[in-house]
Formats: sequence, structure tokens, C-alpha cells
Amino acid sequence: MTDLTRLTITEAAAKLDAGEVSAVELADAHLAAMDAARDLNAFITETPEIARQRAAQSDARRAKGDAMGPMDGIPIAVKDLFCTEGVLTTAGSHILDGFTPPYESTVSAKLRDAGAVMLGKTNLDEFAMGSSNITSYYGPVKNPWKGADGKELVPGGSSGGSAAAVASGMAMAATGTDTGGSIRQPGSFCGIVGMKPTYGRCSRWGIVAFASSLDQAGPMTRSVEDAAIMLQAMAGHDPKDSTSAPMQTPDFRAQLRDGAKGLRVGIPKEYTLDGMPGEIQALWDQGRQWLEDAGAICTEISLPHTDYALPCYYIVAPAEASSNLARYDGVRYGLRVDGGSLDEMYENTRGEGFGAEVRRRVMIGTYVLSAGYYDAYYVKAQKVRSLIAHDFKQAFADIDVVLAPTAPSAAFAIGEKMDDPIAMYLNDVFTVPASMAGLPAISVPAGLDAMGLPLGLQLIARPFDEVTLFRAARALEDAAGFEGLK
Amino acid sequence: MSLTREDVRKIAFLARIRIADEELDSLAGELNNIIGWVEQLSEVDTDGVEPMTSVAEMTLPQRVDAVSDGGVPEKVLANAPDREADFFTVPKVVE
Repeated sequence: MTDLTRLTITEAAAKLDAGEVSAVELADAHLAAMDAARDLNAFITETPEIARQRAAQSDARRAKGDAMGPMDGIPIAVKDLFCTEGVLTTAGSHILDGFTPPYESTVSAKLRDAGAVMLGKTNLDEFAMGSSNITSYYGPVKNPWKGADGKELVPGGSSGGSAAAVASGMAMAATGTDTGGSIRQPGSFCGIVGMKPTYGRCSRWGIVAFASSLDQAGPMTRSVEDAAIMLQAMAGHDPKDSTSAPMQTPDFRAQLRDGAKGLRVGIPKEYTLDGMPGEIQALWDQGRQWLEDAGAICTEISLPHTDYALPCYYIVAPAEASSNLARYDGVRYGLRVDGGSLDEMYENTRGEGFGAEVRRRVMIGTYVLSAGYYDAYYVKAQKVRSLIAHDFKQAFADIDVVLAPTAPSAAFAIGEKMDDPIAMYLNDVFTVPASMAGLPAISVPAGLDAMGLPLGLQLIARPFDEVTLFRAARALEDAAGFEGLK
Repeated sequence: MSLTREDVRKIAFLARIRIADEELDSLAGELNNIIGWVEQLSEVDTDGVEPMTSVAEMTLPQRVDAVSDGGVPEKVLANAPDREADFFTVPKVVE
């Protein structure tokens, strides 16, 4: 019998349509897998009752001939940054203790309305601030992959629980959010596809805000086609998010099988880092070769401000976070720690409610926005951000996609890089530039390092050109022939 | 420039985050490392460059100024750590 927890969405949808499996059977198989792999700590909240109920509804629809499309009956996990009606939503933070939203985020509502079956809410770095899932109040997530030395590894972050769930067979797919790499980097660390759409493609309404000019929801899946299918259900204009793009959603699978022939691929020379592991460079070279063998034309390009993207991000994102997280005041929801005055109550609540990394970022953000420093830091960063976006715009005059590594290393051990924030930030060195420019990007699992750990390659495309991004990603996926965990 | 212990105390108050006295020095060190690192942006020539204020090249849409929601005090108050009737409560702020 086929292992139901190793299917792609594409395969499962075919089996559902053929009557070979029911949505309830799929849900039960995944709930059993969640039970068996609970030590990974991938979920903060499991929702088996909701899963069984939605699966039964999906089967009833299908029996009447009313199945809604390829997501109908597909068991998915939802990052615990998406507000879910009546289900605890924590953002991985102590400060949201007990928060049960009375509403559903637009993206999770769209998935629900497409028939997807929610299995639970996945663990994440606190407020999505991290690259290893170790900043979660609910504890670290373990990567289901283990290196040759047997150490417990991080799944990446911030969408670490989602990545671990998909890689380990606990969920067929999962939602993630990506602010500076939080979908793509854990995708690379866990050997799955992680896709960040163009800023504005998916509504941010109902997603706990980290950095509003960067946050974007996206799919985390076992194949490029699955990512296209899932994004189809997630995307679309939403009047409740003024930055959501008022445009038609294209058929993301339109060119999926067109191959790489004639694609113009840019290889940014600035992405070659001093001290980058040789196997990252080798995989990148291999990726270029694969695309050329498939008929793509690869050329070296220059994105001259690449080096400044990460420090620029670490001004812009904390600034926006300090503003967004001002709402956690102990008054309207979540944790409250009493104090003698209103200010003391705020200070006590936020002092106890925020973890070390969130505290650091809120304070950096507060500082760079404070009187006397605003121009020197924040406005300067916004100008550099314009230059970073301009670099891409110029490059895309001559190319269709950019090929780069996703992360500068494979997954590292839990506990490493803990005491050096900047070393941790460097995880996102290849993912942050596309975030700063609002561009769609995807990590495709492409190979293994010497320890047997997955490595991803990243593709970046023009704004709203996800169709070309998926086409190139599929070509890369076909050439790489990556085998996920069995 | 470098943040002092007192600067950190001030920033913490602006952010309304209680920091224990014995943490101020280590936090100053951490914040100074990060600020020192982001200061490399000063190398970049940004003369005449417009700051990026919108990621998507679009004008924010205006909506009709009409009430579209409301009348749900129970939903609004459901997550309040403390409430009285249809109100959130805070420590006394007037004498």
C-alpha cells in the first residue's frame, strides 16, 4: 500500500479523484504521523477535530460530485502566525498567551474554502524573528534530517515547524511566511520546496505582523507543482489589505512543463562569499549547468548593492517590528503582568512577554526610529533599499530569473550560533535581497552536502512573474531529481 | 557612536520593556554590536536617492468612508485579560 504521508498534493488529488483514497483516510494517516513524531515539536497546537470534520465535509462534497479543485481534501499545516478562528494563535510568543482569534486570516480562509484540511498550527521563531526556530517560547523544533554525526539539527526558521512537518510526512503541505527568508531557508534546511510570492500577491490580513513592508505568505511543499497549486488557492486581491495587489491571479501552472529552453538566467557575481563552503558553490555551479543543459542561457550579472542588503534589512525590519509590536500592551489580548501604573504594567507585560531576540529587535527598531537617529539610520536604510531594488530592476532588463544558493550552509546543530546574533543573521544573506525588493523567489531542494543534509537552490523572478519562476523551478527540480525523506 | 547603559535604559523605556539592571550592560554590548554592523550602510553613496516607502509600485487605494463592521463587543473583548462590562481595563491613570 502507498504511504499516504509521502504523497505530493498532485498525487493525492489524483487518488482522491479516482476514489482510491478518502480525505478522511488522508487526514487520519497524517494525524497518526503527527502522533508518532511529536518529539520534533513541529506543532504548537494540533487540531484533529477540525481536521476530521473538514475531511468528512470534503468527502461528502466529492461524493456529490462537488469537489472544488486540487486542494480539496488535502491535509495541511498552518504556521502559527496566521490567525485561525477559535484556535489558539501564539506567534511563538509568551505575550500572546491564550489568544484565540475571533476571525480567520484571509490566506487560511482561502485555503479552508478551497477544501484544505487543517491539521494544526506549526511552531515558529517568536514573531517570526529567527532563522533556526530556537527563539520560540514553545521550544525548538528538530529537523527530521540528521547528519552523519547524529546531532539534532535546527529546521531553519522562522517557518521551522512548517518545514519539519512537510519534510517528515506530518503534513502534505504547509503555509509559511517569509520576511527575510523565513520560507526559503527552512525549505532548504529540510529538503522541501519553499516559495515566497511577490509582495502583494497574498493578503497579509490576519497574519500576525512582523515587518509589514516585507512579510509575505507562501506555500511549503514537496514539489514545485504543489507550490503552484497551493499558491493558486492562497493568492488574490483582498480589500482588507491595502497593499494586496489589485490584479488577477494567473494560472501558476501555465508554463510549468515548458522547460528551461530559452530562459535567460542571471548568476549574480556578488553572491559569491568569502569563506562560503565549497559544496554550496559546487551546487550553485551544478544548478547553472543543469539549466544550461535544459536549454537556458546563463550569464553573469551584477547586483552591486548585495552586500548591504542584510544590514539594511536589520534596520528596516526591526523598525517596522518595533511599531507593529507596540500593540502588545497587556490590555486587549494575551499576557498581562500587573504594575503600579499604566507604564509599569506595559513594561512588566512586555518585559516578561517578549523573548531575548524579539526584545533586541524591538529595541534596535525603537532606537533607529528615535528622535535624532531617524535620518541617519532609518531614512538611510530606505535609500539603500531603493538601490537594492534598482539593482534587480536593471538586471531583469536582460534576464528572466536569478539563480543563487538559498542559504550559506546546510542545517546546523541546535544550540549553535545562539550567542552571536549577527552570525545567525548571516543565514539570510542570500534570501534578504529579494525580500527587500519585494520579488518572488523559491527554494528548490537540489542536493546533499557531505554530511548527507539537504541544500536548496534559489530562483528569483520579476515582480508578479511567478509563472516564469515556477517554470524555471520545475526545470531545476527535474534536473536535480532530489529525493526527500522516506 | 556607542550606546551606554543609560541609553539602553532610555530605549527600553521608550519601548516599554522592563529590563533588569543587571542585564543593561550585556544588552548594551549586544545592541552596540548590531548597530556597529548596520553602520556599514554609511559607506553607500545615497545622494539624490529617494527613500523606498512602498514596495509595490502602486498608489494605495482609497476606500469608501463607511462603517463596514462593528457591533460585536463580545468578540472584541473576548481575549481581554481583564474587562468590566463592555470596557477594557487599565491601571488608574488619573488622580
